[in-house]
Amino acid sequence: MPDDLVASRSDAPRPERDDPALPSLGAIGLLRWAWRQLTSMRTALFLLMLLAIGALPGSVFPQRGVDATQVTRYRAEHPELSPWLDRLGMFDVYSSVWFSAVYLLLFVSLVGCVVPRTRVHLAAMRARPPRPPSRMQRMPAHASFEVEASESEVAEAARELLRGKRYRVDVRGGAVSAERGYLRETGNLLFHVALLGLLVAVALGSLTGYRGQFLLTTGTGFANSLVAYDTFDPGTWVDEGDLPPFQLTLDDLTVAFETDAAGNQFAAPRDFEAAVTVVDEPGADPVERTIRVNQPLPVQGTNVYLQGNGYAPVVTVRDTQGRVVKSGPVVFVPQGRFYESPGVVKVLETEPQVGLQGIFLPTWEMDAERGPVSVFPDALDPRWFFTAWTGDLGLDGGEAQSVYELDTTSMTQLTDDDRTPFAVGLSPGESIDLPDGAGSVTLERIDRFAAFGVRHDPAKGWALGFSVLAIVGLVASLFVPRRRVWVKVSGRGPEAPADGPGAGVIVVEVAALARSEDPRLEAEVAQLTTRLRERLDGTATEPNQEPGE
Amino acid sequence: MSVDTTLAQVSNVLVYSSMAAYSGALLGYATDLSSRGGRSARAVAAQEKVLVGSGAPVDDAAERPPMAGARSSRAAGIATSLTWLATGLHLAAVLTRGLSASRVPWGNMYEFAVTGSFVVSAVFLGLVVWRRDLRWLGVFSVGPVLLTLGLAVTVLYTESAQLVPALQSPFLVVHVSIAFISSALFTLGFSVHVLQLVQDRRQQARAAGTPPTRGAFMDRLPRAADLEALGYRLVAVSFPLWTFTLVAGAIWAEKAWGRYWGWDPKEVWTFVIWVVYAAYLHARATRGWDGRRATYLAIAGFVCVLLNFGVVNIFFSGEHSYAGIG
Ligand code: HEM
Repeated sequence: MPDDLVASRSDAPRPERDDPALPSLGAIGLLRWAWRQLTSMRTALFLLMLLAIGALPGSVFPQRGVDATQVTRYRAEHPELSPWLDRLGMFDVYSSVWFSAVYLLLFVSLVGCVVPRTRVHLAAMRARPPRPPSRMQRMPAHASFEVEASESEVAEAARELLRGKRYRVDVRGGAVSAERGYLRETGNLLFHVALLGLLVAVALGSLTGYRGQFLLTTGTGFANSLVAYDTFDPGTWVDEGDLPPFQLTLDDLTVAFETDAAGNQFAAPRDFEAAVTVVDEPGADPVERTIRVNQPLPVQGTNVYLQGNGYAPVVTVRDTQGRVVKSGPVVFVPQGRFYESPGVVKVLETEPQVGLQGIFLPTWEMDAERGPVSVFPDALDPRWFFTAWTGDLGLDGGEAQSVYELDTTSMTQLTDDDRTPFAVGLSPGESIDLPDGAGSVTLERIDRFAAFGVRHDPAKGWALGFSVLAIVGLVASLFVPRRRVWVKVSGRGPEAPADGPGAGVIVVEVAALARSEDPRLEAEVAQLTTRLRERLDGTATEPNQEPGE
Repeated sequence: MSVDTTLAQVSNVLVYSSMAAYSGALLGYATDLSSRGGRSARAVAAQEKVLVGSGAPVDDAAERPPMAGARSSRAAGIATSLTWLATGLHLAAVLTRGLSASRVPWGNMYEFAVTGSFVVSAVFLGLVVWRRDLRWLGVFSVGPVLLTLGLAVTVLYTESAQLVPALQSPFLVVHVSIAFISSALFTLGFSVHVLQLVQDRRQQARAAGTPPTRGAFMDRLPRAADLEALGYRLVAVSFPLWTFTLVAGAIWAEKAWGRYWGWDPKEVWTFVIWVVYAAYLHARATRGWDGRRATYLAIAGFVCVLLNFGVVNIFFSGEHSYAGIG
């Protein structure tokens, strides 16, 4: 039975006629053979499985495209293994040659499969339903009954009935052939074509779209252009000089954290909201807007997202003479749920240069073992702890350096009189003199910063559209039953008298064939039989059979 | 921002009460399976007597009705009543949990487990209302539900609280509720598919002249081919729902993180699950792959569902890291 089902599922040219032996047909023949293999159901299945397996490593190993810093950390932790993993593309799984090969082959196979199937399907929709089989009782569902009627009456009644049930009906030589459920194959083709469309939309989106990130401390602004981004990731077809010239100022950032619940929910973030002022293009009126998580701000065809936040202590550094050599907010990147934020202040103006390395704790407490720690992410009792270095910051060589790290190779750490490293904690408003007359440091106040992401993807609407089409097609493909039904008169009733009343009794046969998964096939035949009989023989001579439903 | 802790307590008590009722139900269903007597051949013959004939080949177990269990059993009746009771308590637990924080009750893994297992139970009851003769599925539905609840209260428990900002979205309702229903159907499908493989082996053994000596209760379940068909239907209903989950998740990700697809571990696994079940549907239509081999793929798909919930949430960091496990 399952074999039958499978064999009759579709008339698509699915070349699973197994001919593993190579036909000796020369180059063209070989190509044709290869193409047929590639577009076979079995290959598609194999490629699907490969796709699933191939996608997995990307969830195990950190991915450059997702979080490059994690990859750097992983590589540092696994120096032996990493070069090998890298060679295999394990840090770039989704852009690796082998992963791309799998999905491209799959989609080539898909095209090679969908095109001929579409052709066959179009022809099938125009063709007449096939003639009844000679032996109706061999069909998966079959019923027969006797009735006093003529062949043409049977055909007419069956035709009306089947038409009413949205079958395509054809009457030939007194026998009725009917077929329904073409929508199933249509849906299946739609589904597969929509997947292709989706792939194209995703590809277009990454070619013509861009994404970028920037940080703003409260009160500062951003003008959309390449130089203003901290990171910028354009598609190949993006003209980087031609970004929409909007401006955005961070007016305020409000945050809320869990204070009530205990356990692991304590201190969990509850709300972040950035109040911004936007100028759509130079000269336009400024408008006030808010950006929240899950609530990006659409500006000029892009979306601006609130992606992170943290603290920017406002630090003033004076030199020995008391001149201000550095003043302003410095971004400290928070880590963990209590926003312990390491960060550095680099003073380039002095000779020697000064570097302050430390950690900002929004709500600090002294832990007996670990020293000062943060116990809550909001700035309830903030304190900044740091050590100080003098020497060469290493910024003159022109090499790129992280603003969040201090390169101490050419620097010496300042110490107290007793030769222990100088280390100090400051609360807002406090100042401290550095040892060795290296100047003084003041923590003026604590500002916040917000990390924004900008995303432009002109093809995302298409991606959504194709996804919806895929679902629609899928539902039709899975749930529309496709079946053929035949009704024919197989002869006179075996017990019909030669003449007189009852002489016109004939045997009517109804048979059906499922052309897809179809658990209701027998019920359909039972129902058709009952209805047909009612129509032909309003005054039922025998007790009516229970309909199958 | 406050949480009604009393209500949260009530929810916890309700979870335990429902577990007690589920245990009773499990016992009842198990008794039913192990004590059902031989089939009443007369009832079967009566069924076959309808005019509609079937061209299906007759196999060794054809004397069984297609969906066994038509014989009404007291144990099964009691078990089903208990399941209704348990599911009602379970629903109340889910609702009070949600009300305690004035939000949908699926914001961390404890809540996923509690609400998800409720959906499994509700879908099972739905199936029983649809086809009363599916009560044999009881052990294999209530069992996983009880197991999940046990895990939830012992390992996953998290205090009721508000949501992190990323979860504060209408998509939490749409995306996750459909994912629940889909996962519940996959769970039931998995149970049925495992039974199918066992049944298949038994039928093969019997055909080879070495009838199995243990697990006699399996003889009261449907034939392998019917189990296969039922498992397929469960997956077939679930697959479009999972597809929807995937798409809704992508729309949400676009709103929350600025990209609709970013290969975050959770996204990877949702995608892998989708591909594996797509492969299963394909396999069923591929000659040489229908039957047992395709079923292995469906089982692999469910293993991925379990890994996605159990492992990915906890061990793989990503933007979806809101498991809330301390
Ligand atoms: C992008 C990869 C593909 C995916 C995700 C996919 C997915 C699916 C799914 C979910 C179904 C089940 C729908 C149903 O049973 O009606 C299906 C059916 C089908 N697919 Fe694919 N497919 C892919 C590629 C292909 C390729 C390359 C071929 C051609 C060799 C193909 C041929 C078919 C056929 C013939 C059916 C109908 C099976 C039947 O008659 O039941 N598919 N596909």
